[in-house]
Amino acid sequence: MPNLRDIRRRIRSVQNTQQITKAMKMVAAAKLRRSQERMFAARPYANKMLEVLNSLASRAQQSVHPLLDVRPEERVLVVVVTADRGLCGAFNTNIQRHAGRFLRELAQEGKEITLACIGRKGREFFRRREFTITESWVGIFNKIRYEDASEMAEYLSGLYTEKKVDAIYLIYNEFKSVIAQRIVTEKLLPIPRLTFEEPTVVEDYLYEPTERELFETLLPRHVAFQVYRSVLESAAAEHGARMTAMESATNNARDMIDRLTLYANRVRQAAITKEIIEVVSGAQALG
Amino acid sequence: MAQFTLPTKITLNIVTPERNVVCEVIDEVVLPGTLGYLGALPGHTPLLTSLKIGEIKYRVGSQWWYLCVSWGFVEILPDRVTVLADIAEPAEEIDVERAREAKASAEKRLKNPDAEFLQEQIALEQALIRLQVAAKAARTPS
Repeated sequence: MPNLRDIRRRIRSVQNTQQITKAMKMVAAAKLRRSQERMFAARPYANKMLEVLNSLASRAQQSVHPLLDVRPEERVLVVVVTADRGLCGAFNTNIQRHAGRFLRELAQEGKEITLACIGRKGREFFRRREFTITESWVGIFNKIRYEDASEMAEYLSGLYTEKKVDAIYLIYNEFKSVIAQRIVTEKLLPIPRLTFEEPTVVEDYLYEPTERELFETLLPRHVAFQVYRSVLESAAAEHGARMTAMESATNNARDMIDRLTLYANRVRQAAITKEIIEVVSGAQALG
Repeated sequence: MAQFTLPTKITLNIVTPERNVVCEVIDEVVLPGTLGYLGALPGHTPLLTSLKIGEIKYRVGSQWWYLCVSWGFVEILPDRVTVLADIAEPAEEIDVERAREAKASAEKRLKNPDAEFLQEQIALEQALIRLQVAAKAARTPS
């Protein structure tokens, strides 16, 4: 017969776990809200940027900018954005699996692959595998700053313009809703031919210095912003995933506590019953 | 003469990737274009230019407000000015202490011949403009 005290101890331990998961869920919710706000804050910038790029591209002669230069893809760099921490459900596993599949496909096509990781989990996962990691950024999710993103983008663009790689892909979790993430694979460089609509209002701008120079200073910024956005998306998705994971962990803990309590009661009752039987049969034997 | 009337105010928007810094109706703005400072009054002809490290000042009534920016773009339309900047800080929010430190360390490193000259110079310039703008912060430091 199981010991009543052991069951009680077990219940207490599950309760402790539940407290932690509940707290983590709350923290994740707060962080999620903050990262969502940052995503919203970035939106006006993104819109304006596209608008300006748009009006410039339709005007500037399609200049040959090193970041637009399309080369046959032989050496490919894949940037994987994962989280720094675990305990967020299948968030990291999913993206690692997806990235792994993508990398194998590329390898089968005979391409030379290198890897860059944003986020600790991805780095640790791929370090133990056959891929070479050229660069990794860890610990940026605590405080996401545009400057960091633009440094990363500078490094990546550098690799590209120095012709060390022929294409750069970005894999990250896109924030769809609190409970849903979507894994996106995007080409970062060369900058995919932006699909420009004809500008709706044709503004006859003066340009200073020239259209072309402006366009060329805008492109690196576009790349930096793409990186920044993917990191923001991934952070929001991570917090969302952690929130749901912790929510269900809390629920599971509750179920477990219920079950254990029931069991404990039953054991206690059995013990009482047994005792009564002992007393009664003892009395009968005497009688 | 002209049938259409010129706008009398400008809507100024200053956005960075991290936040919306300014969104206000103003009377006049002066910006640090790559080719030199330029001012815009309501009814300015459409213009698109890049910005360098410098200060933006804008006027509401008779009150001037200052910001420091580094790198970005500005789109000027007759009734609208939109600034896209990597960094933009209102004078009141500038961390003077940090800027001073940045200035000192950039100066020190610039004396070292192996330094990344360009990078340090940018850092120095940013620190200087921050200090300069901070000094113009509208009276009450919040």
